[in-house]
Amino acid sequence: MDKKFENVIKDFPILSQKINDEPLLYLDNAATSQTPNPVLNEMVSFYQSENANVHRGVYTLANEATTAYENVREQVAEFIHAPNAKSIVYTRSTTESLNLVASSFGDLVVHESDEILITIMEHHSNLIPWQQLAKRKHAKLKYVELADDQTLDIADFKRKLTERTKIVAVTQMSNVLGVTNPIKEITRLAHQQHAYVVVDAAQSVAHQSIDVQDLDVDFLAFSGHKMLGPTGIGVLFGKAELLDEMNPVQFGGEMIEAVSRTQAKWQSAPWKFEAGTQNIGGVIGLGAAITYISKLKMTWIEATEHKLLTYLLPQLVQIKGLTIYGPQTVAEHGSIVAFNLANLHPHDVATGLDMLGVEVRAGHHCAQPLMTTLGVESTVRASLSFYNSLADMDRFVYDVKMVKEFFNRES
Amino acid sequence: MSLNKLNQLYLAVVMDHANHPHHKSSLPDATKSVELHNVSCGDDIRVFIKTKADRIEEISFTGNGCTISQASASMMTDALKDLTIPVAIKTCDDFFQLTMGKTLTSKAKKALGDAAILGSLAEFPARIKCATLAWHAAKEAVGGEIK
Ligand SMILES: Cc1ncc(COP(=O)(O)O)c(C=O)c1O
Repeated sequence: MDKKFENVIKDFPILSQKINDEPLLYLDNAATSQTPNPVLNEMVSFYQSENANVHRGVYTLANEATTAYENVREQVAEFIHAPNAKSIVYTRSTTESLNLVASSFGDLVVHESDEILITIMEHHSNLIPWQQLAKRKHAKLKYVELADDQTLDIADFKRKLTERTKIVAVTQMSNVLGVTNPIKEITRLAHQQHAYVVVDAAQSVAHQSIDVQDLDVDFLAFSGHKMLGPTGIGVLFGKAELLDEMNPVQFGGEMIEAVSRTQAKWQSAPWKFEAGTQNIGGVIGLGAAITYISKLKMTWIEATEHKLLTYLLPQLVQIKGLTIYGPQTVAEHGSIVAFNLANLHPHDVATGLDMLGVEVRAGHHCAQPLMTTLGVESTVRASLSFYNSLADMDRFVYDVKMVKEFFNRES
Repeated sequence: MSLNKLNQLYLAVVMDHANHPHHKSSLPDATKSVELHNVSCGDDIRVFIKTKADRIEEISFTGNGCTISQASASMMTDALKDLTIPVAIKTCDDFFQLTMGKTLTSKAKKALGDAAILGSLAEFPARIKCATLAWHAAKEAVGGEIK
């Protein structure tokens, strides 16, 4: 085991506990990641020495809090290679970011008989806001389907993209299939039709480096809690000129420049979207999470997770009666593996694994249209992180086999 | 913990009901049917009832689900068939109490029939919803108040 890994593990005390008398093996990283001590410490230290409301007081403490809050905006911009901090809006989550784009920007550019193009692998939070927008505007919602190998069917994308398409909304990495979509190519094609591209980076952000300028996406959303940060803080990146055009959807303190009895004038973006007291502690935690990831290096994270998957996937494939959803090969797979065991319900499998200390997700993963397309109601899902080890993978495979035997013995 | 603990939940009776559920079909002449979804896994269960006067003459269910939800639905149909509506509602409520770890009177347990063994669910709190889905649908079907 390498030294770096040993040190990393020490930062996550939650992982060294027992669950049902067995050592915890946390494999639900796609739902939420664990938060390392340096991130927690940074938040504690903020509350202990810098806490004040931002953009309000003229006193020293308020000024310090404001500086810390705005510095993280710079840090986020740098992290995703945005041209500047003005294109970074703080939100509560990916979900809130996507809703903001759909309701504010969507309202501006989508009109009757226009088309919104999304994919069948979207999480509900990058699906329902568009479904609602389409209903509101009497626009058409179209879905890009899966290819035979359960990656995104790019030929289908090309067929469905038309001059009527106003918005293309797509996930960078599927939270079920584990595939990464070719965002750069999708964006290039969409822009040729003058469509805007909205990317859900909830799953990708902690596992690969993102360069919004290279990808040339118009909007990109992610959550702090899936990238080692706290819950309740999210980000919306938007191209500055688009954010400028958009209207705020929430009104109140902070977001205004001046208010009279009859009207109000907004601040410029991104502040016009941040009404009321924000999750300042969460912003500080997000900044610390970015610092933590930068110290580890994204290339190390990617390599470590790839090694785990390369080790795990072929072993899972060999279990008789086990079906893996998404591509069957490591090359096209991120660190998420959704599967089912023949004749066993995912909930039963997950309860069995839970008894062995292994925490995995069972359910529809907020992707019901995808489940329908795959012909299932739900699946088991294991999602890895760099803090998992090869030994964890062996144990997981062993435990899956045990659970399978348990239920097959019974029936 | 090893998988031994699973034996407390996946008892032979439970597996039997799950693999060979009782009254699993639709009722064409049902007086009422209610469908409920388990929001976390997307499973759905529809419960059909046919009442005459104040009595559940027939009861059945359709839908897919895990071992626990299928077994529990099957046990539910056994337990509620032929009961009067007020007694059926009370029996559903008793079942909810049981899954939350409350001890029932022996009379109440007897009324639950095979379902009485699902008291072990209290040890598996994440699975209580799987077991109660069919009972919630049944209670709604007979017009019981949903809490
Ligand atoms: C692909 C994808 N998009 C969006 C979300 C929503 O993220 P949040 O719940 O943080 O808003 C998730 C999280 O489950 C996800 O996996």
